[in-house]
Amino acid sequence: MVPLYYRTISELHEGLKRKEWTSVELTQAVIKRIEEIEGKIHSFITITADIALEQAAEADRIFASGDPVPSLCGIPIAIKDIFCTKGVRTTCASRILGNFIPPYDSTVTRKLREAGAVFVGKTNMDEFAMGSSTETSFYGTTFNPWDTSRVPGGSSGGSAAAVASGECIASVGTDTGGSIRQPASLCGIVGLKPTYGRVSRYGMIAFASSLDQGGPMTRDVKDCAIVLQVIAGHDPADSTSVNRSVPDYLKVLEKGIGGMKIGIPKEYFIPGMDQEVEGTVRKAIGTLEAMGAKLVEISLPHTEFAVATYYIIAPSEASSNLARYDGVKFGYRTPKYHDLMEMYMKTRSEGFGNEVKRRIMLGTYALSSGYYEAYYRKAQQVRTLLRKDFMEAFDKCDIIVTPTNPTPAFKIGEKTSDPLQMYLSDIFTISCNLAGSPGLSLPCGFTKDGLPIGLQILGRPFDEETVLSSAYSYEQSAQLKKRTVESD
Amino acid sequence: MSEKKITEEEVKHVALLARLHITNEELKAFTEQLNNILIYMDMLKKVDTTGVEPTSHPVPVPTPFREDIVAPSLSQDLTLSNAPQKEKKFFKVPPIIE
Repeated sequence: MVPLYYRTISELHEGLKRKEWTSVELTQAVIKRIEEIEGKIHSFITITADIALEQAAEADRIFASGDPVPSLCGIPIAIKDIFCTKGVRTTCASRILGNFIPPYDSTVTRKLREAGAVFVGKTNMDEFAMGSSTETSFYGTTFNPWDTSRVPGGSSGGSAAAVASGECIASVGTDTGGSIRQPASLCGIVGLKPTYGRVSRYGMIAFASSLDQGGPMTRDVKDCAIVLQVIAGHDPADSTSVNRSVPDYLKVLEKGIGGMKIGIPKEYFIPGMDQEVEGTVRKAIGTLEAMGAKLVEISLPHTEFAVATYYIIAPSEASSNLARYDGVKFGYRTPKYHDLMEMYMKTRSEGFGNEVKRRIMLGTYALSSGYYEAYYRKAQQVRTLLRKDFMEAFDKCDIIVTPTNPTPAFKIGEKTSDPLQMYLSDIFTISCNLAGSPGLSLPCGFTKDGLPIGLQILGRPFDEETVLSSAYSYEQSAQLKKRTVESD
Repeated sequence: MSEKKITEEEVKHVALLARLHITNEELKAFTEQLNNILIYMDMLKKVDTTGVEPTSHPVPVPTPFREDIVAPSLSQDLTLSNAPQKEKKFFKVPPIIE
């Protein structure tokens, strides 16, 4: 029998309704699993077992009362430590927020609470979401559950590892340049970055405001739709959240893929790509074709410029967003200083790690007078061209399918000394953020060494429905053998 | 190092602008890394962007307006609850003017 902690939201919800188990039993099973495996994986920065058990007891009361039951009622969820959680420490994996207890909830966590979710803990991540491996966390690296000598990806590495290893049923992450999809791919789970503006950023600690977007990380596509349904929607507290009605994502899941046009961008199958990844992804594309989809070769001609564009825009926005960490109103303050300037300098130097400092400096440089035109403005112009690539491509196809990453999970420490190599690992995920469109990664196979491989599906802005329904069709048809971290 | 996009002096200046103190050892490493990154960025020069409008927002949204209605906000106590140093109802900082 599959242990409770390895089941999906939809299965567990049915079981809770039929009283096959209670939320307290389910939550205890997850907490026990965390106690067992957390020492090996380190998915969490903060574990909130007591809060979880209280919420679970409340969920059980709701089930017993006969009142309407919200969709996540009693389901143990892990929250990336970038979402402010009222009364629970929120660090963004940085020393500078090591003692920060938010006095309010992010909109995402408020909505999860209202849907009855049980919060088991705050997950590890790259510091301020700056990284692709979870190695820049001040609180230590997370290990890939499939091979603990490898990274789980990042920045939402803790969230991905927690789902993959049964330390929660589902989680939420954020994606600025691939931070949901890349770890989802490297850990063998489903992750969705919604369209920019679909999910409120209120209370989600800002990295790059024009790129950041929160989204679900789950065991299967249906769970992904369930969580998206809860967190999507306009929020008056975030002026960039878009005022459009939220469709019923579950209703469209079985729409099917027959007759759909799938764009295959030639720029995403490049020399130097891992052979097993390429082979597995091509096989998945073959499956889609066999299901009645029509393949269309497309071109996204500015793809090669995406990484350079992103690594100007994101650090520029970050350098401005991170100016707020000055030791005055919240967060860390250096213990010894003589004057205000020294207080600022020491607080920030002691509070931020090297990758964060590097990006703040890169951004400050790109925005400084004399360089603004050459870097920041130029990157914004190339961003326009990248968006146009996508708009033109979507005239010819309904979705775009690519590998999520050029390689499976890399070794811990392999790329830490060379920031540029680390940046290049985001090559297939970054354009989607620059264009603002939705993107999903789902498992499509394993390497012969047992490392998960992800398939990326990109859609038109605000067409999460087609992204989810295509992913669902693939998942149903491919029927990949269900593997867990333990099975070999 | 092949090409100099950024000097140690410039990195020092940028660090000061960003209110970061960096040691001499860090200065060397950061300069080399930033230099490599900036050389990579140079590829953008190949793209003809004449007459191309910059994108600052992926999904264009008009300025959202709302009614000017007073709503509850955080209490003073909660607002001060994370202050590294406070006195009475204020955030406390070192003297700014001697």
